Amino acid sequence: MASNMFVVPQTRGTVLCCKCGISMAPNPANMCVTCLRSEVDITEGLRKHVTIMHCPECDSYLQPPRTWIKAQLESKELLTFCVKRLETDLKKVRLVNAEFIWTEPHSKRLKVKLKVQKEVLNGAILEQSYVVEYVQQDHMCESCTRIQANPDQWVASVQLRQRVTHRRTFFYLEQLILKHDAAAHAIKIKQMDQGIDFFFANRSHAVKFVEFLGKVSPTKSRHDKQLVSHDPKNNSYNYKYTFSVEISPICREDLICLPPRVATSLGNLGPLVICTKVTNNIALLDPLTLRQCFLDTEQYWRHSFKSLLGSRQLVEYDVFNIEVVSPEYNVGGSKYVIADAEVARVSDYGKLFYIRTHLGHILKPGDRALGYDLYGANSNDIELDKYKGLVLPEAILIKKSYEEKRQKKRGKPRPWKLKSLDMEVDESRGRANEQKMDSEYEEFLRDLEENPELRFNLSLYRNKDYQPSEMVSVSDGDDLPSVPLEELLADLELSEQEDGEDSMRE
Amino acid sequence: MATRLQFENSCEVGVFSKLTNAYCLVAIGGSENFYSAFESELVDVIPVVKTSIAGTRIIGRLCAGNKNGLLVPHTTTDQELQHLRNSLPDQVVVQRIEEKLSALGNCIACNDHVALTHTDLDRETEEIIADVLGVEVFRQTIAGNILVGSYCAFSNRGGLVHPHTSIEDLDELSTLLQVPLVAGTINRGSEVIAAGMTVNDWTAFCGSDTTATELSVIESVFKLREAQPSAIVDEMRKSLIDSYV
Repeated sequence: MASNMFVVPQTRGTVLCCKCGISMAPNPANMCVTCLRSEVDITEGLRKHVTIMHCPECDSYLQPPRTWIKAQLESKELLTFCVKRLETDLKKVRLVNAEFIWTEPHSKRLKVKLKVQKEVLNGAILEQSYVVEYVQQDHMCESCTRIQANPDQWVASVQLRQRVTHRRTFFYLEQLILKHDAAAHAIKIKQMDQGIDFFFANRSHAVKFVEFLGKVSPTKSRHDKQLVSHDPKNNSYNYKYTFSVEISPICREDLICLPPRVATSLGNLGPLVICTKVTNNIALLDPLTLRQCFLDTEQYWRHSFKSLLGSRQLVEYDVFNIEVVSPEYNVGGSKYVIADAEVARVSDYGKLFYIRTHLGHILKPGDRALGYDLYGANSNDIELDKYKGLVLPEAILIKKSYEEKRQKKRGKPRPWKLKSLDMEVDESRGRANEQKMDSEYEEFLRDLEENPELRFNLSLYRNKDYQPSEMVSVSDGDDLPSVPLEELLADLELSEQEDGEDSMRE
Repeated sequence: MATRLQFENSCEVGVFSKLTNAYCLVAIGGSENFYSAFESELVDVIPVVKTSIAGTRIIGRLCAGNKNGLLVPHTTTDQELQHLRNSLPDQVVVQRIEEKLSALGNCIACNDHVALTHTDLDRETEEIIADVLGVEVFRQTIAGNILVGSYCAFSNRGGLVHPHTSIEDLDELSTLLQVPLVAGTINRGSEVIAAGMTVNDWTAFCGSDTTATELSVIESVFKLREAQPSAIVDEMRKSLIDSYV
């Protein structure tokens, strides 16, 4: 048929409402809206008063049986929560709109206006709005009660230890933890001798933290639990769980003498190696052959050897002469050049050593370097004795020293700073330890400046107090290695939102 | 004058009765109240006949008629047919018709001059209607419904149709039927007009759920207020019309 068929326009007539007689358009009920409303109340049988529980400490509302939902007054979450409490009622009608009516904040009443639709009387759909009043009763939630009762109550604790004399690892770990927010659930962090203790309210948080540690450092852990209380009727038991995590004592820049079995298993790696990187693997570099090997956490703990000399025993050397012997090698991302060097200890210029070093790429005559004095050291290492006929080099250089240049910059603030965890310190230690800690922290910061790969995993923040001074631009020769400004994160102004956990530390 | 009544607690009086200008058919109910209501109104004027059609009580919807004749479906039994022929006045022709659509009351709406029928009615049936009832037959729909006999009720004076009838339709029907029509409801908003009421030129019977508004609409469109016979005379009326023919 043709599409332009003549269609008679249909206008709706008006009918009289069967109750009140006013003229209206016909609808399925044939009653005007007012009469229909007076006839039928679709909100009949729906609750108009509901009681809800509110925790005044953490401003959250109870959704039975157990969940507490945190919500602000007149927020979307609170509206969703209120509507959810009426779920059974709202199954009978269709909800079209819900909104809050303002009530005084301290009145402990919430009013929500709901618009609902329902089908009545042969197919007519009626829409009606009504107000539901929620009475807020104060009731502390379980976690707040527990905290109030005993603020130090913990359920699981992680005892992190490293049996070395310095705290460099813990400074680095602290930054890593902050970056990954791994200690977000810790209710208390305590600094102990040779380690840190973390306390958690939940066993699963502790397990998650232990796994995080296992991913970033070579650790060995064991766990245990202690019965606190027992409900015989319920057959439920309350335990305190303890996880003991030990980090391997091998640190960066340590000199290690590998036990013979490990050396052979790694392909006859020269028994003296330097540790170049520690994550969950340990990277060992033979300075004389420039071979690098990785030791797995498992492999390490199977042999669990200790280092021969640590960074505390580093001695300053003056370099008089350098002769490059080999071309530049790229070993695991860093470049090394083997060179013969003529060095003498700064403390004793009388004795010259001719040694082979792997730092040929950065050392020049007149530089200072830090290294291990094997000539003067008295090592009582068992492993060393196992090697019969091993000739020890007289010195092994580890890194270049910027001590002189640092003298110039002493006292000036750095352009960057780090955040720190909120730790409780054991006060009984005394003054000497505090000074030691400060100097160690200073060394750690220097370490960060010198090594870009160390900085890679951490967040550094811009220091607003730093003013670049005129003097710096005048310095000649090679500059002190410093952190380029692009790497710095603009310090977030989170002063209101920051919990007590993080604090700025210069 | 419009009366409100119930048949055994149902307000659908148009289902259980058939009222014309010459006779009235009433279903056999459990109690005599229904019959007495009709009888009290119509006692000396027209015969009120109690009957069943096809053994059922829904006689209003099964048969169609006016003062000239009565059409009953093929399901009517011979005894019923005979009973009707005996009870009704001689000038009323009772005819049983063979029609597939056997609920003639739902398919045919008529007064003494015009009839509206279901669009699918047989040719022969249409001719029989024109012949027996003496009316002009029009096939129509009302507000899109083909059951014209259910959704409208009209007499020689006026008519009431389904409330959703558009104005154009109303005009068209009014022209065909030559009576004033109004769209309205019966029995508190029900759209099935002819099931809820039955009407002739001077009286109407509606279900008891009919509201006062609906009743006033009915009385005004069917012009029942001036009609005789009526026991109640309103002072405000100017005059009483003597004849209703």
